[in-house]
Order: sequence, then structure tokens, then C-alpha cells
Amino acid sequence: MSNFEVGQEFAPKTFLIDRQLLVAYANASGDQNPIHQDEAFAKSVGLPDVIAHGMLTMALAGKYVSDLAGGSGAVKEFSARFTKPVVVPANSVVELVISAKVSALENGCAKLDLTAICADSKVLGMAKAVISLS
Amino acid sequence: MLDPDLVGRTFVGASSTVVTQEAITNFARVLGAENFDVAPPTFSISITLAQSQTLLQESGLDWSRVVHGDQRFVLSRPIVAGDNFICSATIESARVMAGNEIVTVRSDLHSGTELVVSTWSTLVVRA
Repeated sequence: MSNFEVGQEFAPKTFLIDRQLLVAYANASGDQNPIHQDEAFAKSVGLPDVIAHGMLTMALAGKYVSDLAGGSGAVKEFSARFTKPVVVPANSVVELVISAKVSALENGCAKLDLTAICADSKVLGMAKAVISLS
Repeated sequence: MLDPDLVGRTFVGASSTVVTQEAITNFARVLGAENFDVAPPTFSISITLAQSQTLLQESGLDWSRVVHGDQRFVLSRPIVAGDNFICSATIESARVMAGNEIVTVRSDLHSGTELVVSTWSTLVVRA
């Protein structure tokens, strides 16, 4: 693992989201809410189209953090607000770009501020992680 | 509308959940991970979501109007295959803002006496 410094920024990584991934995440997580799979249902409850599970967006950000931390086992805390939905139209691939910056170092841990961008909008707010450096 | 008398009460799950390697691998693979030794940091939602949904629906919440507001995880160690969890859920707060009902639920996963993961979910019931 690289040495972490306050203010250090990590290169963004792009995750690709399509309808197939939403179905795979629904099956892996057990969250079968139809707003993440059924376009007609999503529109019937006032959404523009099918939207990704907020927890899928967060899980992908978690994958990014795990990779920075040298493994999921180093992740001690992880939090985020779901500020905007990630809209996933049929037959298209949506890009989710995650990046991170070290905000503090304390007690053998690094605190990270995360950014998650989709279609020029921040889709996670106050996204933070604490990773163990030991 | 959630019954306000339920705020602060803790509901302990009647049955335990054993984490399988298959469940960890399936979850991690969806995220593009290639190492399946431990669960991804958000894996516990696959255990806690169903229970908190049941609890809140039984408490009077209209789940069809629920939007996930925020989520927090605190892990004392990563989840591994073979963990046998009892899930307890506490409705920590419920308030109404601009006509929307905002409910925060804490879920704790204990393996024996060890608290492995605590999660906080804020759910917004759209007016």
C-alpha cells in the first residue's frame, strides 16, 4: 500500500452500470424493488426511468475504497447520502466515476472523502470512508 | 405513518443468518472484485435490509413510497463465510419534514456476543 498523506488525491475510476448489472445486484443483495428493474413501474411512481439501487452506487464506491485500502478487510467505516438517482435507460451503459482524497490521518487510519459523479451530477453526498493503514 | 411509540425500541430477529461463501462471492463479483476472502464493506445490507423492511412495514410505514436517504456502516472486522448473525434493529428516530416522513433505523449484526457490524439507514417516505 502506498503511503497516505493528507490532501492526497487518488485517480478516478469509472464503473459501468447497465440494466444487466442492476438485475445482478438485485439478485446478490436481495433488493428486488421493481424501481430498479421495471421501467413501467418506475415511471408509475414518478421516476424518469429505471434507477440504480443507491446501495449499488455505494457498493461500487466501496469497491474503489477496498482497492485503495489493499482489501475490504481494511475498511472500518463507510457512509454516504443518496443525493441524486442514477438513471439507467434500457440498452445503454451509464458511467459512474469515483474518486477520493485523504482528509485526515489519525489512530493508524486514513479518512477519505469520496466523490461519485454520474452524468455531470454528484450522486453521493458526504461520502466518507475510514480505512486502517496497519 | 410510523407508530411514534416504537421509536427507541429494539427488535431482535427470531432466527440467525449464516453467511455463505457463495453469498459473499456473488455480491463481490457483481462489483467486479476478484478477491472473495472477506465480504465487501456494504455486504451486510443483504442481511439487514429484509429485516428492517419487515419491521418498518409492521410498524406502519408505507414501503412503496420509501426512498433511501443515507447509509452508514461501522465494521469492527470484515464479514467472513461462516459468520452466524443475529440481527437487531432499532428505530432511532422518526420525524416529519416538509410532509416527508424521515426514519432512521440502526441494525446491529452480532456473531455470538461479538458486534461485527452496525449500520444506520435513513429512509424517507415521500409525501
